[in-house]
Order: sequence, then C-alpha cells, then structure tokens
Amino acid sequence: MSSRDRILAKIAQNQPEFSALPGLEGLGNVYESPAQQFKTILEGIGGKVIEFSDWSEIKSFVKEHFDSNSRIISTLPELADIAELDWVYNDPHTLENVDFTIIRGHLGVAENSAIWITESLLKQRVSAFIPQYLAIVLEANSLVSSMHEAYAQIGMEEYGFATFLAGPSKTADIEQSLVLGAHGARGLTVFLKV
Amino acid sequence: MESKVLEHSKASEVFNQDKERVGWHDETLWFVRSKRDKAAHNIPDWELLRSTASSIKHNVLSNMHDYLVEFEKNALANGVHIHWAADAEEHNKIVHGIIAKHGVTRMVKSKSMLTEECHLNDYLAKNGVEVIDTDLGERIVQLRDEPPSHIVLPAIHLKKEDVGETFHIHLGTEKGNKDPQYLTEAARHHLRETFLTRKIALTGVNFAIAQTGEFVVCTNEGNADMGAHLADVHIACMGFEKLIPRREHLGVFLRLLARSATGQPITTYSSHFKKPREGQEMHIVIVDNGRSTQLGREDFRNSLKCIRCGACMNTCPVYRRSGGHSYHNAVAGPIGSILAPNLDMRKNADLPFASTLCGSCSNVCPVKIDIHDQLYKWRQVIVKEGYAATSKKLGMGAMTFTLSNPAVYQTGGKVGRWFMRNIPFVVNNGLNPWFKNREMPEPPKESFREWYLNNKKS
Repeated sequence: MSSRDRILAKIAQNQPEFSALPGLEGLGNVYESPAQQFKTILEGIGGKVIEFSDWSEIKSFVKEHFDSNSRIISTLPELADIAELDWVYNDPHTLENVDFTIIRGHLGVAENSAIWITESLLKQRVSAFIPQYLAIVLEANSLVSSMHEAYAQIGMEEYGFATFLAGPSKTADIEQSLVLGAHGARGLTVFLKV
Repeated sequence: MESKVLEHSKASEVFNQDKERVGWHDETLWFVRSKRDKAAHNIPDWELLRSTASSIKHNVLSNMHDYLVEFEKNALANGVHIHWAADAEEHNKIVHGIIAKHGVTRMVKSKSMLTEECHLNDYLAKNGVEVIDTDLGERIVQLRDEPPSHIVLPAIHLKKEDVGETFHIHLGTEKGNKDPQYLTEAARHHLRETFLTRKIALTGVNFAIAQTGEFVVCTNEGNADMGAHLADVHIACMGFEKLIPRREHLGVFLRLLARSATGQPITTYSSHFKKPREGQEMHIVIVDNGRSTQLGREDFRNSLKCIRCGACMNTCPVYRRSGGHSYHNAVAGPIGSILAPNLDMRKNADLPFASTLCGSCSNVCPVKIDIHDQLYKWRQVIVKEGYAATSKKLGMGAMTFTLSNPAVYQTGGKVGRWFMRNIPFVVNNGLNPWFKNREMPEPPKESFREWYLNNKKS
C-alpha cells in the first residue's frame, strides 16, 4: 500500500463524526466610507493613498520622485510615455533592477487595506515583489468593506496566481523594531481613481 | 549541535540566570500580545469570527479524508505534482529526491515550521544540499546555528546586539552596528542575491483549499514570493491539517491570522498559488507525521485546528519567562506542548507540565482550541503511561500515602510546622523547590483540625 493510501485509510478510520460547516452570515463590518477606512489602515501600515482623476497626475508624481536613470515598468498603456511596457514576456530575473512598478489592482478591502491582484494584472508574478517601490492603481468604486465581501466577489474566478497585498514589505524580526523594505517593495503608493 | 536535551524546567533555570534579559523577553512578548488585543477589539465580530473558524476547522477534521482527496484531484488538474509523506523521513526523502532530480545543490527556503519539525535542513546538509532560510528571523538563527525560538518571531530571544554581532561575522557588517534598519538592509542585499540565483524554492503552506486545489502562503517580508516566483521549481510542504474547505473560508482565516499573531490587520502578502508559472514545476508534499494518530485521540484532536499564529506563546506566562528553546520542540509554547507528546511521548513528557494552567492560551486562540484543558489531560496520560519524571512519581506517591493516612498527615503537619518555626533552614534552602524565588510562609500555630477541636464546643 502506498503512503497515500495508508495515510488516507488511517484518517478515514480516525476522523470524528461528521460535523456540518457553519454559515458565514453576520461576519464583517460595513464601513460608511470604505475609502476613508482604507486610507487610514494603509497609512497605519506604512503605505500612502493618492487620489487622482487624470493620468497626468501619476506622471507628475513619477517625475517628482524618480530621475531619468530609474527603471520604471508598468502594465498600463496610459503610462507608456514614462514607463516600459514591453517587459511582460521577459525572464522574471531581468526585473531585478526595477526601481518602480505601477500596476492595477482588482479591488481593495477597507478593513485591512489589502488589494487583490491576480496574475492577469501582474503579467509577471514577481513584478509586484521585486521592485524597490510599488504603486497600484485602484478604482475608488472597487473598494469593499470586508474580506468576506471581497471573496464573494472573487468567487470561483480562475487564476494561476493571485495575492492580497497590503502595504510595503516589512519585518520586525530584530527586537520588534519595524523596518520597511525587507525583501519586497520598500514603499507602496495606491493611486485611487476618483 | 545535537546536545543532551534538558527538561523544560532545567532549561528554564538556565534561561532565568540572566534576570534582566528574562524581563526584557517577557515584556517584548507581552507587547506583541497587547497589539493582538488592540487589533481584536477593533473588530466587532471578533468572537463570532473565532467560533466560525473553530467550526470550519471542526468540519475539516470530520471530513478530512474527502477533503484531501478533493484537494489532490484539483491540484493535479492544476498541473501540480502531489506527494504523500507518512513521516518526517519520507518527507525529507521526497524533497531531496526533487532537488536531486534537477541536479541542484542549493535551495532557498521561506518559513515552514513543518520542515523544522522534520529537521529537513540537517537532512539536506548531510546530503550535500545547501539551504538558505530567507525569513529574516530564520536567517539570523540559521547563521547562529540555532533553531527558531518562536513560530512567528524566530529570533525573538535575541537582542539587536546579538544580531549585529552575527551579521558582522557572517555578512561583514560594521562591528558594533546594531541598528535594525542597517542590519535589515544588509540582509536584504545578501538574500536578494540568493533569490536571483537559486533554481529551487521551498515554502510552507498556511492554508490549502480543497475546492480549488490552491494554497495560500502569508508573509510580511515577501520572501516566499521572491523565492517562488524566481525559481524553476517550487516545493510547498504542508501538514494535512492545513486544509480548509472553500476559497471563501479564507476570508475568515486571513482576518484572524495576522491580528492574532502580531496585531496587524493582515500580513503584507497573502499569496494564492494555484498553478505553476509557465515553464515552472510545482510540487506539494502532504505530510502526516503523527497527525492521523492525533486525529484519533478524542481529547487531543482539536490541536490540529491550529493555524500557527503564536498568540498562545505571546500570552503564556511560562513561555515568556522560559524562552522558546526550553521547549526542545520545533513548536514551543502551549500549542507545542500539546502537539509534542503525540510525536514522542517519552522525549516530550515534561512539556505538558510547563504550564500554570491559567487558561490564557485558550482565551486568545483564534480557533478556540482548549489548550489548557489538553495540557491537563496530557499530564494524566503521561503519568498513566509511565513517562512522568522519577521525582514527580516519588512526590506523587508520597502525597498519595500521606493524604490517605490521617495519622501520617497530622503528624507530618506538626513536624513541618515545628521545623519551619524552630530550624527554618531545613526547608528554606535550595533543595526545596518551593523555596526557589519565594519566601516560605509563616507557619500557623495550629492546624485547622486542632483549631476545630479546640473551638467546637464554644
């Protein structure tokens, strides 16, 4: 008998009597202003929210914070004149020297400021993790209150990889001192389109 | 570095020699516990969330067989290779087999307590494979040739001076520089090089979804993602109890995990791995290693609900004052003490006694495991099976004899009170465990029985 069959047989023999799944009704807060809550939480964990209505505002932000030597990549055609768009089929290791990535997120969660991003938006899975700084463009009307609402929306959506991303990479492994920029992006800016 | 394993109480004595450091350790963990409280109190439905999570996990335990079969079927359909390991040895062999097949001798690894439980790093080192741990805390303890002392905060027993010295020796940082920002930056550079050059990445699993065959890995640092997305092969190792039924249940567990662990609203990255990236190979190793036995122990099976948040450790007065290494088990603290006897009852017979049974662990547990009740029940099993320490057996025997013989009991009390009054050093010395860190009480003039006999007529 294989290990698989032995393990499964022992589990079948030892598992307790069937106990039904609970419902998920009544879980999750509902916020009057999800945008305000989202902003408060994200700032609390070291991120930043900038509301914008015109793409030129993002371009000015980039020009203000990065010089011409910086490598900036994006998946948004609207930003073609300030960022590379032709990296998506390259070996992921070639993104090693990226300073700033600007991608889109599907939805944001007010209770914890997590942003849902699937592979279809990342293009390369590592694109949100490897740059020095990260920005995510989010539609203000895509914000939901809770994780339960978020998963209700996600449903059985198909993807190879997806992530909930909340704030910059961080660690407190040295004496509980918070340091931003452990291995992933050192900073996260969310451009909220209103 | 295999040395003779000290019992928890003996190891705690060693840990307690540096009083200042113990005080600091205690306060640091209590600080994390306080952050957890704040985060929990910000969520009005916290208690409903806990009971829902506990019920979901109960359903998982009761339907484990079918969920595992469902998970396997879906993961295979996603193009993932599935392996089953009955024990630690088989797990290690499977992982090494995958590495050897690719002709590689170096691997990058993100946090996985399961691989600690299986002693994978030692096994791979013996087989000529170099493993680099990438969680900052794990990297620190790995460089120091120590095991992690906490499942979420692996280097919580170290001060920044210690880390500065370790990095100076191994990573060439400035001598004496102990600035966390500077040291983290040094680790970032050192490990970035590792991420970019390793062909195989191993990660743990926080949750595996039966319905979709995907698994979720949570980190704050981004090390699991950096490793997995840059490697040709991704190996994910999981105990079978990591299963949850449906994707929507992640809403429950992701709300609980980071709040319970560190007081954060959620970890920075909660990554859902469903299919290998194009050209990549993905493996999942499903491990039993005693879990199916634990599933059959009615009193202890709830321990398999654990989501490894560490809240029970941060709150435990014994853990905070004895340190994770005193538990000589991959998982320390209260939860480790109810998991460990199932792995090896003889070796871990001391752990269920490393508790005051105050119940704080059960009160903070996000999946409502009755941890302190299980500690109490393990004590009975251990004594019954004959694994209790000799001193404990002798003590209990003497107690049984005394309490069942009124004459012995009365004389014993008298003799004790006389000694405490007249020659106190007989009890006030290091040989009496009750004297350690305590003053002995003033002996009463008479026993209750004597008082009662003298006063009952009036």
